[in-house]
Amino acid sequence: MSNIDLNKIWNYTTANESKDHILLKEKYDLFINGKFVKSNSRKYFNSVNPATDEIIAKISEANKEDIDLAVKAANSAFKSWSKLKAKERAKYIFRIARMIQERAKEFAVIESMDGGKPIRESRDIDIPLAANHFFYYAGWADKLEYAFPNTSLEPIGVAGQIIPWNFPLLMAAWKIAPAIACGNTVVLKPAETTSLTALKLAEIIQESGLPKGVVNIVTGGGKTGSEIVNHPNIDKIAFTGSTKVGKLIKRSIAGTHKKLTLELGGKGANIIFADAAIDQAVEGIINAIFFNQGHVCCAGSRLFVQESISEIVIEKLKERMSSLIIGDPLDKNTDIGAINSKEQLATIKKYINIGMEEGGEIYQKKCIISETGNWCPPTLFLNVSQSHTIVQEEIFGPVLAIQTFRTIDEVIEKANNTPYGLSAGVWTEKGSKIFKLTKELNAGVVWANTYNKFDPTSPFGGVKESGIGREGGLHGLKAYLKFK
Amino acid sequence: MSFPNLLTVPKIDKIGVEERVNRFCKRSIKNSSKTHGLHLALSMIDLTTLDGKDTPENVKRMCYKANHLHDSLQGIPKVAAVCVYPTMVKYAKNELKGTKIKVASVATGFPSGQSSLDVKLSDTKFAVNEGADEIDMVISRGKFLAGEYNFVFDEIASIKEVCGKAHLKVILETGELDTLDNVRKASEIAIYAGADFIKTSTGKINPASTMPVTYVMLNAIKDYYKKTGIKIGMKPAGGISSAKIALQYLVMLNETLGHEWMNKDLFRFGASSLANDVLMQLQRQESGYYESIDYFSKD
Repeated sequence: MSNIDLNKIWNYTTANESKDHILLKEKYDLFINGKFVKSNSRKYFNSVNPATDEIIAKISEANKEDIDLAVKAANSAFKSWSKLKAKERAKYIFRIARMIQERAKEFAVIESMDGGKPIRESRDIDIPLAANHFFYYAGWADKLEYAFPNTSLEPIGVAGQIIPWNFPLLMAAWKIAPAIACGNTVVLKPAETTSLTALKLAEIIQESGLPKGVVNIVTGGGKTGSEIVNHPNIDKIAFTGSTKVGKLIKRSIAGTHKKLTLELGGKGANIIFADAAIDQAVEGIINAIFFNQGHVCCAGSRLFVQESISEIVIEKLKERMSSLIIGDPLDKNTDIGAINSKEQLATIKKYINIGMEEGGEIYQKKCIISETGNWCPPTLFLNVSQSHTIVQEEIFGPVLAIQTFRTIDEVIEKANNTPYGLSAGVWTEKGSKIFKLTKELNAGVVWANTYNKFDPTSPFGGVKESGIGREGGLHGLKAYLKFK
Repeated sequence: MSFPNLLTVPKIDKIGVEERVNRFCKRSIKNSSKTHGLHLALSMIDLTTLDGKDTPENVKRMCYKANHLHDSLQGIPKVAAVCVYPTMVKYAKNELKGTKIKVASVATGFPSGQSSLDVKLSDTKFAVNEGADEIDMVISRGKFLAGEYNFVFDEIASIKEVCGKAHLKVILETGELDTLDNVRKASEIAIYAGADFIKTSTGKINPASTMPVTYVMLNAIKDYYKKTGIKIGMKPAGGISSAKIALQYLVMLNETLGHEWMNKDLFRFGASSLANDVLMQLQRQESGYYESIDYFSKD
């Protein structure tokens, strides 16, 4: 054995997750009525690996006729699916959950290849949580009358579901599981840049023997989405994505019978008090903003630090950033992966430029950025105020805007001073302060001494321009039931 | 040497600490990183025997092992030190003459520390006179839990004085301190009272060293370094029985205190059975297969 110079810096060699076990087709068609069918448009678009710019598959683009077929299939499946004994529905959902677990590794690798998120996150968070959502709602299927006692309830009909690119499989699970548990049928469209895991889920659904037409998965961009939103035989729209598109959807279905849930943007306030456990709070701030490259609607993108500890917190933040590993999403040691698309990278860069032009003091982690793929170093902005654009608007990237505050009332006022109201975080060791803030912060989710925690049993959703309705938990069932 | 301001000692959130520690454990250490890490781990071991039944003979055998870990493996480092009771110091010293391996001695009424200051001082002086290079003292946990922080501080400071040139490691016995907040507080007291190293455990109490406890102590060291520029060492002891766990501790050290602490002058593992597992892993790194544990000598 050769001598090792123990004075040399200890580096972690790459530890790539193997891609050998995954099965990807070259081309993916639409999943309608239990079968994969070619689209009437005959058009395909590319699904690109954002870390390498390689094309990993071609995805079919659904047009109006395809959506019509999918809705027809869903409508006809609804007749029997909604009448099926609830415990039988539960069995199918339970089976889907089990099959996701069995193929978790394959899903995790594809999720990271297609979306750019680190394998650690897709392996430990996205995929297990997706399976858990199916398990959780499988459990509710035959207990709905106990969930909402003294009511008479029935499913709504066909749900048109449009999901974002930040948690592709997980969002599909959030949407499909409660919908079919309540006896609805589904037409789901994944985001254009991340269709693959939804299509792999379609394969599982096919294998599971779920009656044909109960879940239909159609792919495409914004135009395909608007065909779903505007289809007359859809009874409910569930959308997760930007506030801009959410507003458009709300406008276009106004006056129709369609029910609506929206889970939109956010500009989460993460508030750290002088009496917080500082090292753990710093870790929480890092996870709040850099989790999934900041592509998280509830990301803690506005940090409020109490003035007396601002210096030490910022120093510790910078230091912690130095040990983050940015790179190949498939490397098990990667903390921060690739930005999901060129388009999103351009948006983030635009905001970083605006931040600098408006006089914000920028701090970025030094890292080697590869020529191919989409990369953005973790970024802090100091010396900004509520009046700065980067404090007001959702960036959806690894960019944290830091402000200081003096008193509790001041920070509550500032935290609520945003059109959004999705999430917030409070860091203090004092229990009474936690209760005061959770009560007064106007946000759908408030975390205390933690951040970005998700669980199928816990409802999630926003107030103000962050959305309507809740997903997850008991609340998540409501959106898919008619109460008489 | 001044008493630390305990009012400004950062609070510790246990759940947050455990989450951070889990992240360290998820690092994947392979190939050349693994070999490098294993070499580091080996070089940081304080090979330990602390039993009532210790005799000069078994101490001598352990010292021989310290100097000849596994002669068929070329180019591996030696352990940092051996750790014994005061009465065994002279035998260890004699056996390790001419090597760079240090002799550490526990002292101050180890492991309970329930002795008078006079006894503790003479216990320490005896070990130093016998030739101990390092003293591993225990703090008075009873006094600490009773809130007599000044007593604990003064005791450490007095022991430090009689250590002379010997390095002082202060054992907090975190398994008896109940909370991570107490671990942090005790770390501050030990560091400000003159510890060269802070150490988790005696190995006689369950739990001994854990990663969360060590993480809290590493942060105390980091904050002290930021304030004063002085580097304090860290020694987790007990419970680190496999190479895998040792590598996880090294990841934690690497990502908390960084490269400057990645050496035996500032980090030690107190362990009795770790060395053989590290050797077995190193053997596998070289040959590609595991050898039977029976090929690794137990001394």
